[in-house]
Amino acid sequence: MRLKPRAFEYIKATSLQDVFSVLDRHGDEAKILAGGQSLVPALNMRLAAPEIVVDVNAVEALRGIAVVGDSLRIGAMSRYVEIAASELVARHAPLIASAIPFIAHAAIRNRGTFGGSLCNADPASELPACALALRAVFNLAGSAGERAVAAEDFFLGTYTTALEPTEVLTSVDIPLAMDGTVSYFDEVARRRGDYAMAGLAACAERRGGTLADVRLVFFAVSDMPHLAAGAMAAADGQAVAGLDIEAVCAALGADFTPQEDLTTSAATKLQLMKVLTRRALTAFAGGEA
Amino acid sequence: MAAPTMVTLTVNGEPVSRAVEPRLTLADFLRDALGLKGTHVGCEHGVCGACTLRLDGVMVRGCLTLAVQCEGAAVETIEGVTESGALKDLQEEFVARNALQCGYCTPGMLMSAAELLDRRPVPSRAEIREHLSGNYCRCTGYQSIVDAVETTARKRAGAGR
Repeated sequence: MRLKPRAFEYIKATSLQDVFSVLDRHGDEAKILAGGQSLVPALNMRLAAPEIVVDVNAVEALRGIAVVGDSLRIGAMSRYVEIAASELVARHAPLIASAIPFIAHAAIRNRGTFGGSLCNADPASELPACALALRAVFNLAGSAGERAVAAEDFFLGTYTTALEPTEVLTSVDIPLAMDGTVSYFDEVARRRGDYAMAGLAACAERRGGTLADVRLVFFAVSDMPHLAAGAMAAADGQAVAGLDIEAVCAALGADFTPQEDLTTSAATKLQLMKVLTRRALTAFAGGEA
Repeated sequence: MAAPTMVTLTVNGEPVSRAVEPRLTLADFLRDALGLKGTHVGCEHGVCGACTLRLDGVMVRGCLTLAVQCEGAAVETIEGVTESGALKDLQEEFVARNALQCGYCTPGMLMSAAELLDRRPVPSRAEIREHLSGNYCRCTGYQSIVDAVETTARKRAGAGR
């Protein structure tokens, strides 16, 4: 019989209390299994070899998509396929709705989860960039209590987040899109569904012919989603008519150098960032986003 | 070493109970414990699509699901849909169009195409390509596969199915 992963103990949690007790006892030695679309490949290749795998698929408290106050709350166990089909997401967080089709392939989207992607914090993944662009708030829980962490404080590096070994991400709160909100998502990959060479999650407010609160977050260019502060400042307050897109592109390289990877040089990544920025701002100016 | 865990599920409508090690994937469980070799294993990390099957009616990767997770679940494999005749028309169209050569990708390709045909009665060629983009074929160049799926969709629509 073929067995690729290293042996581990499997615990099926049915409540958050179950998860907390496993994490309290085993800490770093336990891995949470959500959709399994990143963890199981890592197990199969023995890149991950936890002592304990705690399955949270049956934890009801991690499910559901609902408007709570002035935010859209997405449960951590929401699968991509559920998010893609959600009218609430399409209306209140259109950036996320437009990002989902870029994630892997249909069979992966049937299983992979929103919270799993965020906690895995792969530098090339789409949803961390969306969460940062949208100023999402991460709701974490453990036996010691709950805390809320802003997206800019959640992502710390490659596969590294603010989540403590004894905590689980329960849901994410996203401020509701407003009437003038425009958003844009795109990435450049070698083939459909492949890891991006560079990608952009962008949003802004269009008020009276002017762009405000422009958020440009790039992924697959650094060890974590990159908030392009200089370029955002260059775009902020510009009139839609006669938008100086090249000034924004020039600002991209002024305060940031992308990290090269195995296939793509830093110069190419910066070029792709500019291409994506032109597409996003052209869409914002045209009002099609 | 973790002790084997009993798992009870239905596979192609038949109830099955086995003791499995937690680290055993569903694809290897089907092939090695049950002898259902139609679910092929290629890359074993979710990229190639050869192990595509249905878990509770939803298309998933057999190599990215643990057998131990499938307690109470309903699994359908290419053997099951072949026996029931649910994909007979699609399978015949694959033959008619030479949509397979070595055949390694074919079970996964059929299971994947089946979900598309359930969701969208007459998909465009672009939609077919997008949906099958997670299933690799190294022989055909894909044209004949897209042809077979498209023709099946049209025939089903024409037959009012």
